[in-house]
Amino acid sequence: MPILQTFQLEKRFGGILAAQNVNLAVEPGARHALIGPNGAGKTTVINLLTGVLRPSGGRILLEGRDITGLLPHQRVRLGMARTFQINQLFLDLTPLESIGLVVSERLGSGADWWRLVGTKAAVTDEIVEIAERFHLADIMHERTAILPYGKQRLLEIALAFACRPRLLLLDEPAAGVPEAERHELLATIEALPKDVTVLLIEHDMDLVFSFADRISVLVNGAMFVDGAPDEVARDPRVKAVYLGEELSA
Amino acid sequence: MSARADEVARYLKRRARWSPLEIAFWIFAFATIWLFPGKYLILKDTAILALFALSLDLILGYAGIISLGQAAFFGLAGYFSGLVAKYGFIDEPVIALVCSGVVAAGLGFVTSFLVLRGSDLTRLMVTLGVSLMLGELANRYSNITGGADGLQGVEIAPVLGLFRFDLFGHNGYVYCLIVLFICFVIARRIIYSPFGLSLRSIKGNNLRAAAIGIPVKWRLVAIYTVAAGFAGIAGALLTQTTAFCSLDVFSFERSADLLLVLIIGGTGYLYGGLIGAVIYKFLQDWIANLTPQYWQFWIGLVLVVIVLIGRERMAGWIGAVRAFFNRLGARFAPRLPALGGAGSEGH
Amino acid sequence: MLTILYDGIAYGMLLFVLACGLSVTLGLMNFINLAHGAFAMAGGYCTVIVVNRFGVPFALGLPIAFLVTALLGGIFERTLYVHVYARSHLDQVLFTIGLVFMAVAAVDYTMGSSQQFVQIPEALQGQFEVAGVGIGKYRLLIIVICGLLTVALQLILAKTRFGSRLRAAVDDQRVARGLGINVGVVFGITFAFGPGLAGLGGALGAEILGLDPTFPLKYMIYFLIVVTVGGTSSITGPFFASILLGIGDVAGKYYVPKLGAFVIYAIMIIVLIWRPQGLFARGAVSR
Repeated sequence: MPILQTFQLEKRFGGILAAQNVNLAVEPGARHALIGPNGAGKTTVINLLTGVLRPSGGRILLEGRDITGLLPHQRVRLGMARTFQINQLFLDLTPLESIGLVVSERLGSGADWWRLVGTKAAVTDEIVEIAERFHLADIMHERTAILPYGKQRLLEIALAFACRPRLLLLDEPAAGVPEAERHELLATIEALPKDVTVLLIEHDMDLVFSFADRISVLVNGAMFVDGAPDEVARDPRVKAVYLGEELSA
Repeated sequence: MSARADEVARYLKRRARWSPLEIAFWIFAFATIWLFPGKYLILKDTAILALFALSLDLILGYAGIISLGQAAFFGLAGYFSGLVAKYGFIDEPVIALVCSGVVAAGLGFVTSFLVLRGSDLTRLMVTLGVSLMLGELANRYSNITGGADGLQGVEIAPVLGLFRFDLFGHNGYVYCLIVLFICFVIARRIIYSPFGLSLRSIKGNNLRAAAIGIPVKWRLVAIYTVAAGFAGIAGALLTQTTAFCSLDVFSFERSADLLLVLIIGGTGYLYGGLIGAVIYKFLQDWIANLTPQYWQFWIGLVLVVIVLIGRERMAGWIGAVRAFFNRLGARFAPRLPALGGAGSEGH
Repeated sequence: MLTILYDGIAYGMLLFVLACGLSVTLGLMNFINLAHGAFAMAGGYCTVIVVNRFGVPFALGLPIAFLVTALLGGIFERTLYVHVYARSHLDQVLFTIGLVFMAVAAVDYTMGSSQQFVQIPEALQGQFEVAGVGIGKYRLLIIVICGLLTVALQLILAKTRFGSRLRAAVDDQRVARGLGINVGVVFGITFAFGPGLAGLGGALGAEILGLDPTFPLKYMIYFLIVVTVGGTSSITGPFFASILLGIGDVAGKYYVPKLGAFVIYAIMIIVLIWRPQGLFARGAVSR
């Protein structure tokens, strides 16, 4: 059974149809990439999947369960987490605190008001483990706002990872990362465990074709092509869309 | 636990420790009982104002909710505590105080759902609207509340059966100071807890907070309720120590002055309300002696000037002063924010 | 009952003229100006001084109030407000509250704290009967003037180039600038016009609303309610909100006198529960 399925997902903004008839199926354990020209609606789809936007039509199923009406934090509890194209971090907190928040929330002790932060061993252990995995351990106590962009991007992914999701949605993880810091980022993504399914939005074709085992192409809010990487690479319609050539009827 | 995790745990615990500066602050605060024997009344007013400001700091400085309506909770509990004393429902002031706080927290809970919808302006309006509405209600039912004349005939029994409130205000002040301290300790505990951390994350980026599984709305409802309770306790303290309550507890001026107090002192580090209250009362006393009738003008000017200077710059100055004292006091681990700052100034 | 309706409409239209400047500046510059009421008060006092002390005819007193407060508004905008535009809403609230306090105290000092009355010409005093309903003449004047103003405003917004520039700038400042619209000039003119209208409203309303130094504090909440309920993206929103509130307040004070303004506060809260963006705002975010 696919871990994520959408049926005729649609989103209207007034007169504009940002997403139409999106039927997506992501298999468990897959490395699924969502690509398409700028403005194709990829981030809209992610926002629909995570509950930031409410769909105008259609349904979303997570592991067979209808989540179309659920709020974002409820979807996280069910095992779906995401990163943002533009970093959405807690700039005044340290990576330690940020990761700690996620772990603590997940383990059910996020609402504890009577005990001090740091007094639950299970939480601190996990924070350190995640920080080390994402190469953040050295700068764990720095304010996020002053970290270099590559580290911030790693933290962005670390936060989503700390939710221990079964489905991880990455929205252009490599965007804006300088060449020198890319390698660390890409290696970290590659090293994500196999039991975490990854749905990736990306523009960087090298990353897409080296990472993904399945690719969906989104154009003008609609699913265009969906298949294995080599199929998609060979498809003339995809080339036409990206290079702006006229499609012969 | 790995060595690193161990170190992290110790670091976090150290950060939450009471810094020498904090300890000195509270020692001095309690010392004022003996240092300024003639000034109990103004000191008591300052303590009550400090608690009131603390309640606003909890929602403004830590959760980012702009409110002009804390007066609603202040006034509701003020009248409640006065009425239960007057009609003998609850004689013991401490129990009445706690009950008043609970009543105010109840109103906070109910109105929190209104407050969390909409933009800053909507929030401003709803919070202000609720407190003005309560004021009108209090006016309407003047047979119960005494209307414009205020609640008359309130008699407060001695605290714990032992300490009667006298004209000089000594017992009243000690009572208020102790209550302030207890509430402060509770607030401090909350801020340093995982719950408090989640509030700061909501204030910083509520989109991401939701995206990592935090039920944003419920956290805000919770802190709003607690803040309402604190504001209510402050209101009840005022009624109990003055044996009087009048309609101006619900006024716009009271809420506006509260904002001013917090802005003077700074938000987001718990001591802002306390320090702001002291400075405000001092200013009020000084200006009132100069020009008793037009002190509103000077307060307005202070507000305008503070905003023009910029709270960030003022926070910078405050931060520099604090850093200086930190270097004096802290000989231990590096990066140890004192005064409950927990790493940020928080605006 | 019809009298109440009539009075309510007059009151509502007055509120509209007073509040629409606030709505536009909020929508345009995302600037919460709690000192708006102070401009209204200034207009009122200006007319009082000019008409009572210098014997200027009432008909002239009104435009003078408009011009003086428009000028004041323009000066304040260039010298003071411009520093606070980019600040957070909290800062704007604090700043303008500070200005209100200063204005109230200043007026109290210079003009005394008692209520001031404008000498209205004979022709406008009293009322005449129409089908058994008492129609106050002064209130009729208010309805006429405010009605004309509303129509004029709507025409300016919809039909003139300035209007379309203003609407564009309200909609999206950056894009408007990108299209070559001089947003700064639009701001400046609007920010003179808004307070000017408030001043005119204050002058007109002195008779009905009562003019004393606490005017801005008393009525500020009314203006804010109009803006919050009516939304900031149109003229019609605040217009209907004002009428609704005007009638609600008059009716409330008549039928349930001791509750006074409770009725409109309740209306406001109910409206905001139902539509947090205001009754007439454009569609907000999806969640």
